[in-house]
Amino acid sequence: MIKIKGLKKSFGDLEVLKGIDLEIKEREVVCIIGASGSGKSTLLRCINLLEEPTDGEVYIEDVKVNDPKTDINKIRTDVGMVFQQFNLFPHMTVLDNITIAPRKVKKVDEKEAEALAYELLAKVGLTDKAHNYPEQLSGGQMQRVAIARALAMKPKVMLFDEPTSALDPEMVKEVLDVMKQLAQEGMTMVVVTHEMGFAREVADRVIFIDGGYLVEEGTPEEIFNNPKNERTKAFLGKVL
Amino acid sequence: MSHIEFLAAFNALDFGIIWNYRDLFIRGVWLTLRLTLLGFSLGLILGIFLGLGRLSKRKWIYYPCKIYIDFIRGTPLLVQILIIHTALIPSIFGQSLGFFVSGALALTLNSGAYIAEIVRAGIQSLDKGQTEAARSLGMPKGMAMRYIILPQAIRRMVPPLGNELIALLKDSSLVTVIAANDILYAAKIVQGATFKQWEPYLTAALLYLLLTWLASKLIAFIEKRFSTSYVPKKRRTTFADQLKR
Ligand SMILES: Nc1ncnc2c1ncn2[C@@H]1O[C@H](COP(=O)(O)OP(=O)(O)O)[C@@H](O)[C@H]1O
Ligand SMILES: [Mg+2]
Repeated sequence: MIKIKGLKKSFGDLEVLKGIDLEIKEREVVCIIGASGSGKSTLLRCINLLEEPTDGEVYIEDVKVNDPKTDINKIRTDVGMVFQQFNLFPHMTVLDNITIAPRKVKKVDEKEAEALAYELLAKVGLTDKAHNYPEQLSGGQMQRVAIARALAMKPKVMLFDEPTSALDPEMVKEVLDVMKQLAQEGMTMVVVTHEMGFAREVADRVIFIDGGYLVEEGTPEEIFNNPKNERTKAFLGKVL
Repeated sequence: MSHIEFLAAFNALDFGIIWNYRDLFIRGVWLTLRLTLLGFSLGLILGIFLGLGRLSKRKWIYYPCKIYIDFIRGTPLLVQILIIHTALIPSIFGQSLGFFVSGALALTLNSGAYIAEIVRAGIQSLDKGQTEAARSLGMPKGMAMRYIILPQAIRRMVPPLGNELIALLKDSSLVTVIAANDILYAAKIVQGATFKQWEPYLTAALLYLLLTWLASKLIAFIEKRFSTSYVPKKRRTTFADQLKR
């Protein structure tokens, strides 16, 4: 589904990704862990070209993403993204936040877009908030709306960049529960997270990134119970 | 002039004379208003494009916009008016097109540059997460600008745009140098005809004051409607309010 080959990314003189190879299969849930500043977000953002790779290739379903001839907007409709800071549109109601992209990008008619929005709001447990504005919601509610907004484009894969890191502790669970349900339904997911419990329970594969390299990958048991690389051990020693 | 003489001169003010020239002043107000509003409206359109151009990554769009804005903001409006009226328009059209065209064009070109900076600042003040969220949903740049960025940026532009409108209203008095019969020009004519100094210019000052006061009221009204909250007034309960219930 996603194929990353020799991915490098520099910001000026700073080389953040130094050659990453990674393949993600359909319906797979991959969690990316690693220290802050190790390039996790950058890796995720290279997948939907929010960052332009400096070198290497990114394919989604055999279409090369970082090719000037590729229609990136078309690709992005298939790749949902959830941000740490939610990034809801503050000038729109929850309903409009969810329907705007299907209506304007995919030209879905209003009725149909709203029906889908209500379906998704039910899924994230926020049907009664349809006509509220983001500023009227809690952080956990905002993030669930953000998930619904991304799902409204019917993406084939969902990228999550530390979706619970900006939340108060009591709101983390409600967001993780939605993501768990999504995983159970078979959504392909790439999740950057510091929630090791979630990674252990939900991930098919865990990837540890350090110093711009993919240092180690494996099943949650392999990574958490039996890490092979010293740097993985050191990192897990600090966070677990 | 001593203190006493000054008060005496003040006591001798005769605004009755001005009444004889009221038509001149009314026409002056009308012209000042038309020039300002036309210059501001066209300047707004020009400013949006220049401001967006100033944010473009493409050098052939960015540099012309930047050079234009810097040139206008770095030179006096009075000089711009004279260049446009005596050089630019005659050399393009072979003749003057009158003070109104020159004046309106000068005010448009001038305010466009200032408004461009307001537009740019308004857009840049938004969190870049907004653009990223829009783009990640598959919106092309222009669509994201139109539905996500501009509606939010415009609110932030209202107060500085209000300042620009008032500044332009006052600066429009500079068109007097090309004999445009605005408020200040009326005062000059009356001064020449009556040999009075105080009354005509004080009248002009009061008329400008009246106009800027009206403009500031209008702006305050608009600002109120675009208050910091996006939630319509009647539905303005916050999350904190909901917890209290
Ligand atoms: N747009 C950018 N410009 C310059 N440096 C950046 C930019 N984005 C990220 N970086 C740098 O790249 C490194 C990796 O960042 P990031 O991918 O956000 O790490 P992580 O998500 O793992 O915390 C950091 O040192 C960060 O400062
Ligand atoms: Mg990050």
